Amino acid sequence: MRHWIEKQRYIIDFTISSLLRRKVKNFGLLALYTLIVFILASTMFFTYSIKKEASLILKGTPEIIVQKIVAGRHDLLPVSYIDIIKKIRGVAAVESRLWGYYYDGLVSANYTLLTPPGNGSSADHSKSSAKTTVVESESGGQQQADKSKPLFELGGAVLEPGTIIIGNGIARLRDIGKDDYMPFRAFDGNVLNFRIAGTLSSQSELVSSDLILITGEDFKKLFGIDNNYVTDVTVAVNNPSEIDMVASKIRKVLPEARPISRVEILRTYDSIFNWRGGMMIVIFSAAVLAFVIFAWDKASGLSAGERREIGILKAVGWETSDVIQMKFWEGAVISLTAFFTGVILAYVHVFFTGSIVFGPALKGWSNLYPNFELTPFVNLEQLTTLFFLTVVPYTVATIVPIWRAATIDPDSAMRFTGE
Amino acid sequence: MGLRGFIRIAIMRNSSLFFIYITSGVVLLSLLLVHAFFSESARQPVLEEKAMLVKMLKLTDLCLFTEARYTRHLSQADLNTAFQDHPMSLEHFPSGSFTQPPESIRKFP
Repeated sequence: MRHWIEKQRYIIDFTISSLLRRKVKNFGLLALYTLIVFILASTMFFTYSIKKEASLILKGTPEIIVQKIVAGRHDLLPVSYIDIIKKIRGVAAVESRLWGYYYDGLVSANYTLLTPPGNGSSADHSKSSAKTTVVESESGGQQQADKSKPLFELGGAVLEPGTIIIGNGIARLRDIGKDDYMPFRAFDGNVLNFRIAGTLSSQSELVSSDLILITGEDFKKLFGIDNNYVTDVTVAVNNPSEIDMVASKIRKVLPEARPISRVEILRTYDSIFNWRGGMMIVIFSAAVLAFVIFAWDKASGLSAGERREIGILKAVGWETSDVIQMKFWEGAVISLTAFFTGVILAYVHVFFTGSIVFGPALKGWSNLYPNFELTPFVNLEQLTTLFFLTVVPYTVATIVPIWRAATIDPDSAMRFTGE
Repeated sequence: MGLRGFIRIAIMRNSSLFFIYITSGVVLLSLLLVHAFFSESARQPVLEEKAMLVKMLKLTDLCLFTEARYTRHLSQADLNTAFQDHPMSLEHFPSGSFTQPPESIRKFP
């Protein structure tokens, strides 16, 4: 065993010296190989972590969302639909949502305006609103007054008419904060000024960066929405296994409605960064193409210098198996070095620098982009997949043509001068 | 590292240098896996905070791309998203090239 190890060490010594004799070519190859591993590993770490995070965060989304579709587009939903949906067997609660978009020309950014559940929506038919933090504005039983001024509290910020709670991305972009005023141009051209009651935490930017929480009353005033309409409704189902059944019943009772189930939402985020889609396939194709070029370069034959080297080695007593071992180590030295460097750099890139290389592509044309730190969901399975995708093909591609060259006669190998 | 250290590295065999590099790579990668494991548990409260916000506000999507409404709320996108502006209008937002249409749209009836 000791003898075998010593032999391998001598072969590795020779292989590395041989690689260093062709410094420019081999360092170029190593740099390119490392870059490919880096891109592949970064893509894998980023997509896996964001998918996993999405599945954990979005598990609390509504069981069913019901939209109204008019001419193929999402339209406002009449409040009367709520009672129709409530009558469907299996439905536990129906709650309306008021939300929409606002384009801020000052910073060219889109915001999402949302009314917190139970906060001034015209029709809240929820049976259980215990999960929302709703605080009544007045003490005592003045139900009528309370109805018009319910309060919503989030992290110490109290939402009441004339105030908003903004996401951290907006606060950063506009350089505003608590107690500042933010103007909005309403549907009728009037300017409405809202006081910022607080900001959502920076930790939650992945879901709340562009959010503006506003009372239902102000929302309707801003967009001119009639009291008889809401944006969409959420439906809670008694038995979770009946979600699909309830969704199909809603579709049957209200043909113009489009129910979206929680499973569909989760599935959307599971397949959003799928390798088959868009830029992902471009990245993977580039990587695969680069490997094909490597393999082609190796498989299409050796250079005259390499052939002569093999001829001399065989002439001085190296056996065919020794030459193959040498070439195996050549492939292993390059691919293992590229693998470890590329994977470590990719980890640092994705989880310590916030995917700085992907940033410009992910931001696209939007001015408002969340600053989020991904939780590193990395496991041995991913590393093994990367290893088999990168190290194994290259090492195999190095050995195969050598088999041909190593079995030829040393005399003819040394005489061969053509490239 | 003194002169003696430099000399020792200079006269070290190539195979030893290679194995030192690979061993340090394996150690570093293992440390990163340990970092991932501990970060996952350390960030649990942050994940819970986000999940709580989603549940409380009845949110449906991650705030990844704010440039278009169908990229901001990917799961709520219109069924005609690909041609939303007019019948010959193709996808033009960069983030559209990263994401796939929602599962429900791609599903054949």
